[in-house]
Parts: sequence; C-alpha cells; structure tokens
Amino acid sequence: MLAAVFAAAYYVAFGVLAAGLGYRIWEYARVPAPLKIPTTPAPTTTGGVALRLLREVVLFESLFKANKWIWLFGWLFHAALVLSLLRHLRYVTQPVWEWVTAVQPFGVYAGFAMLAGLLGLWARRIWVPRIRYISAPSDHLMLALLVGIAASGLGMKYLAPTDIVAVKAFFRGLVSFDWQPLPADPLLLVHLGLVALLMIVFPYSKLLHAPGLFFSPTRNQADNPRERRHLAHWARALESGRG
Amino acid sequence: MDRVTDTEIADPLAIPELAPGCMAASKPYPAAANHQTALGFPGELATDWHDMAIAKIGELREKYRSFRVYLDACVKCGACTDKCHYFLGTGDPKNMPVARQDLLRQVYRRHFTLAGKYLPWLVGAKDLTPEVLDDWYSYFHQCSQCRRCSVFCPYGIDTAEISMAGREIMDSIGKGQKYSNEILGKVMKIGNNLGLPKKALAATLSDLEDEVEEATGVRVEFPLDRKGVEVLLVSPSADYFAEPHIAGLIGYAKVFHQAGISWTISSHATEAANFGMFIGSYDVMRKVALRIREAALDLGVKRLVIGECGHAWRAAYSFLDTLAGPFDFLDRRHPVPQHICEFTYEQMQAGKLRFDKSKNDHVRLTFHDSCNVARGSRMGDRPGGQFDIPRAILRAACNHFFDMAPETIKESTLCCGGGGGLLTDELMAVRKAGAQPRMRALRQVAEDHGVTHMAAMCAICKAQFSSVLPHYGFDREAIVSVHQMVSNAIVLDGAKPPTDDAAGDEA
Ligand code: SF4
Ligand code: SF4
Ligand code: SF4
Repeated sequence: MLAAVFAAAYYVAFGVLAAGLGYRIWEYARVPAPLKIPTTPAPTTTGGVALRLLREVVLFESLFKANKWIWLFGWLFHAALVLSLLRHLRYVTQPVWEWVTAVQPFGVYAGFAMLAGLLGLWARRIWVPRIRYISAPSDHLMLALLVGIAASGLGMKYLAPTDIVAVKAFFRGLVSFDWQPLPADPLLLVHLGLVALLMIVFPYSKLLHAPGLFFSPTRNQADNPRERRHLAHWARALESGRG
Repeated sequence: MDRVTDTEIADPLAIPELAPGCMAASKPYPAAANHQTALGFPGELATDWHDMAIAKIGELREKYRSFRVYLDACVKCGACTDKCHYFLGTGDPKNMPVARQDLLRQVYRRHFTLAGKYLPWLVGAKDLTPEVLDDWYSYFHQCSQCRRCSVFCPYGIDTAEISMAGREIMDSIGKGQKYSNEILGKVMKIGNNLGLPKKALAATLSDLEDEVEEATGVRVEFPLDRKGVEVLLVSPSADYFAEPHIAGLIGYAKVFHQAGISWTISSHATEAANFGMFIGSYDVMRKVALRIREAALDLGVKRLVIGECGHAWRAAYSFLDTLAGPFDFLDRRHPVPQHICEFTYEQMQAGKLRFDKSKNDHVRLTFHDSCNVARGSRMGDRPGGQFDIPRAILRAACNHFFDMAPETIKESTLCCGGGGGLLTDELMAVRKAGAQPRMRALRQVAEDHGVTHMAAMCAICKAQFSSVLPHYGFDREAIVSVHQMVSNAIVLDGAKPPTDDAAGDEA
C-alpha cells in the first residue's frame, strides 16, 4: 500500500516535472525577443555568448559582482545540490557507474554544505530588511522545503539509517515497472515525499529561474546589431507598406 | 529648490534605511487628451481600464520574451536591491529594482499563474486596484531605464523592460505621461523634441558659423539639408540650443571640417533621441526611427553619424537597423550608424586631427559614462569600446584626466537621475535624489584630485546635471560635453594665432 502510494506519487511528480518544464521551455522559445537588448559590454559572437552563459551557470558571475554573501550561500547551495544529485544516481544505476562512486565521499559533505547555504540564505531573508521586504510566504516555504529535504537526508545518513538496498530496489522497480516494497522509515518517507513535492512545484514556481537564464535576452544575445539585422516575426508584418 | 541639499563626503553606494512610501507622491503630470490620441492612445482613463490592462499584459507576454521570462524567473534573491540610484537616493523600498518589478509581477501572477489564481496570498499576487495603478504611475516613472540592475541580477533581469512595459500598459488604458507623449507629438509633427522649426534652426546654425569664425578666424560650416554630402549627422535637438550641448556641436563641426569630410544636418530628422523607447512602444519607436531613414535617403548621404546622446545611441546602435533597416543604401565599409566619438577617434587614428592640450589646462576632468551607452550599446569593434574610446578622446584633448571610483563607472556607472523620460520639473525631487550617488562619486574625485569638470556624452545627462549640480554644491558649468573638450583643443588649419585669454572661453 505504502509502496503503491509513493510509486504513484513519483510517476505523477515525474510527469508533471517533465511536461511542465517542457511546456515552459516551449513557451519561452516561441515568444520572440523583438529587440537587441544584451546588457553590454557583451560578447559579439555566439561562442562568446555560450561562454558568458557558462560562466553564469557555473560561477554565478553576475551574482558575484552584486553581493558576496548571497553569492557565497547561493553558490554553496547549488554546487552542493549538484553533488548530492550525482551521488543519488547510485540508487538507480546498477552496477553503479564508476564516476558516481568517485563523487560519493564528497556527496556526503555536500549535504552539510547544502544546509549551510540554505540557512544562510534564509537568515538573510529574515534579518536583512531589504530582502525581508521583497519576500512572500512562498519564498520562505520554498526554503523550508529544501531545508526539509536536506535535513531528512542527513538524518538518514547519520541518525536513523534506512534499508538502502530496499530503497534502491524500489526505485529500480519504478524504472522497470516492476514494483517493489518500500521501507516504512519515517525519515525516508518525509525525504521522498518532499522531493516529489519539489518536482511538482518546480514548473509552477520561481524555480523556473533555471531555464529562465538561458532565455534571458540580456544574457543570451550576441552584441552584433550593426552587423546583422534582427527582426521578430510580428515586427516583420509592420514592414509591408513602408515608404 | 535652490538650496544646497547634500555636500557630505560619503560613500556613493551607501545603503539607506528603508523609508516605505516616501516617494509615493512623486508623479509626473498626466498627458493631455490630444497628446494621447495623437499617438493612438485613449485620451483619458478608459472606463474598462482594468480589463484592458490585463488584456495588454496578455498581449505583451506573447510579444516580448524579456517580459515573460523576467516576470517568471526572479527568485527574490535580493542581489539587485541596493543597485538602483533612486533607491540609494530615497530609501523608498519600491525603488528597489525587484520591488519595482513586483508592482507588475503581483498582477501578472494573479491573472496568469496557477498559484496566483488560486493561492494569491501565498505568492504575493494582487488584483489591479486603483491603488496599485497609482503605484505603477508613481514608481514606473521613477525608473530611468538605466539597466544598472540588470548587470547584477543572476538572470540578467532588466527592470527597464518591466517599467517600459508598465508605461506601455498605462498608455494603452489612457494614463499617459505628459512629458514623453507631448515630446513625441512634436517629433512626429516637426522632426525634433523641442519643436524647433527649420527657419529657427537655420538661423541658429548660421550664428554658430559666425561665432566660430570670430573666435578662430576659420569659417567652419554647419550645413542644413545639403544633398549629396558624405555624412548625415543626427544629434539630440538640445545640441542646437542648450549649454553645454552647443559647445559639443561646435566640436563635431570642427572635427568634420578638419577631417575634410562633407556633412549635413537634416531638418526632417533633427532629433536623435527616441522617446518611443521611454514609453516602451515598438510602434511609436519605429515611426520615430523611420524619419532618420527617410532623411538619409532623401539627402543621398553615404554615412550616418549620431551625436552625443545616451538613449539616442542605444536606440540607434541597438535598434535602428531593426526598426528602420536595412541600410544597404549607405556605405557599408563604415559602421551604420556610427557614434560621433567613433568618428572622431577614427580621424585621430588616421592622423587627421591635432590637439593643443594646453587649451584645456584650466580643466581637471572626469568622465560620466552615460548608462545607455555603457550598458545598452557599444563603440568600436570590441566589447567595452564604449568606455575606452571617449576616454581616449578626452585624454588626447586634456592633460588632467581622472576617473571616478571603479564601482561607479563603466558597466557599473550610476545614472545621472534624469533619464528615461524623467527630465521634467515636476519630478525634480526624485531627479535630485537619484543624482546623489553620482554626485558623491564626483565629490570624491574633486576632493582627491581637484577635479573641476565632468564630461558627459548624453543630452539628458548634461541637462540633468546642469540643474542638479548646484544642489550638491557644484558649479552648474561643471558639466561639459566630450566634444566641447575636443572643440577647445583641436588645432584648425589656418586658425588665427591664439590670444592669451581665448583658452577659457568655451569651457
Ligand atoms: S537580482 Fe534578479 S533574481 Fe534577484 S531579486 Fe533582483 S531581479 Fe530578482
Ligand atoms: S533600470 Fe535603473 S532606474 Fe530602473 S530600476 Fe534598474 S537601476 Fe533603477
Ligand atoms: S540620462 Fe544619461 S545617465 Fe541618465 S539614464 Fe540616460 S544615459 Fe543614463
């Protein structure tokens, strides 16, 4: 019964995440950027733009220029999140890919780094008046959700370990449609429940910042308006009948 | 208002205490019905303004990717909160870029997102009430569209795009701003922002010829509507009547003269600035831009050069080819359009210009990067040329040049406080407050290096600084044009020998 509920939840969560995100990306791609608005100085070539985006994604370049504290906590959280996600691949791959085994030792510390980053961001949201002013309840809840995920994960690692072999069997079962039982440990259920929730809210929340960056015209446009004419499809329609 | 308001030595970027609502009363005068209708907008607030506004938001999210992505992507990280000069100068939290966006985002969420429709309290979604509309009118007219916030946002969210959209929505429901819409009416009818007719313009230009001849002994021409010349110069109309703008115009003319390149001004397109940008209307912007194309075709020129103006240069560099191109009838060996600073620099590189720097020895100079040039355009063929080229020109023309603090120049430059359609008297309080960070940065170099003057290359910056400098304890003449420095120092062939007192005349 428990396994069935969670299995269903994960199928739904995955479906919502994939469909929702796909739909958003399609929407963003479809709406044109009618004018050249890169924030200059900007790269003049496509290669340069790719590099700019890469620096934004990997190093959070603009955020670094803006505010060292937000950068530190934000970067720490995201980097740790990536490491943890990679570490979690070992619960679905069989045999476990070699490089996943290689990140395993770091992945464990990543849990703490993630928590530290989140709590730092949350503290600023509460105590810095400017950031408190711009925060809505959802901004706090989102942090709570992520803190809950990180904390329950760490709890399983250090306080109340669960039957990890059974969990792996459950997830591999999901992939192959061969459903397996799930251990009824409370921490595990909290952890998995919150992750499913996160996947579901992702396409409907500010978590859209992830695909958003790649579609941000101030970042993804090359600075070449004098070299190449830029015209949106709806603007082309205005051209006919011009003197 | 002539009182000195701030002469403190302080960190230009010091973050103020929050002062909620302190600028709520700052509003521009509403546009008169005839100015509204001339641009195709309702004359007064429509009875079903609410539904029209929501429909307009729906339309904009289909037309502008920036609008849609920026309303979705903000994570409220707060990185932009201390980046706006209007926030730094006023402390009003609604002048924090993200809070300014939120004024629109709250309504967008209410009507266009799942969470906002069903759980508005959770995500800060709000209905578009008369009070919210009031906030829009106040705070979307406290944004100079300078894009400083977009430099620092991790997703490049550009609040200028949002405030332009906000103004476009307000125009479309009949709540326009007098200053911008009245000026747009003049451009469409007469060809320039000032409503300067051709006859007056011709008289001004011939006076300038006499004036330069008297000062230098050389007849430097200021041609109007001359066909078949090499270059069409399109400058902000303030260059024809305001100080220190005119001194810059004289500088351009001397450069053309000395370079031996024929040029003309057009009475059909006597205005480089494009106020269509301020009100966010693609359509209006396009109509204004087409005048430049028509003038270039009509006069049969080969090149297009734009005078000193920040917003104008952004509109020309980034948008002109899109709006009014392609310009394949011009000589494509030169950039189209070309900035007057690029032109002058090119002539310097070719060895066509000589300067007597000592003519500017009474000036200890710094340079204000106009934000629309700095963050919305380029000069030369490398990124950042918009910073290097004007400085190279100033250094060639002056012995004493000092930059302001690095965090207040180049891509981080602070707006003058008067851009984006705010250069109107009823907004003087917010203009003064917005200038504070720049004024403090200027005071630093004045203290440290004895700087006496600040050069700028934007008509709005020059006008704004002329009016706010006295409030900060500076001389109103401390603001100069880049080409004014050129004009002072350039050596004209056949000029009469300099007299001792001539040096200070034009600064
Ligand atoms: S920096 Fe960007 S993401 Fe962060 S609060 Fe400001 S607009 Fe939002
Ligand atoms: S564009 Fe400039 S004026 Fe507008 S919110 Fe951003 S920093 Fe402030
Ligand atoms: S007036 Fe000048 S400083 Fe102000 S926004 Fe425009 S270009 Fe920038």
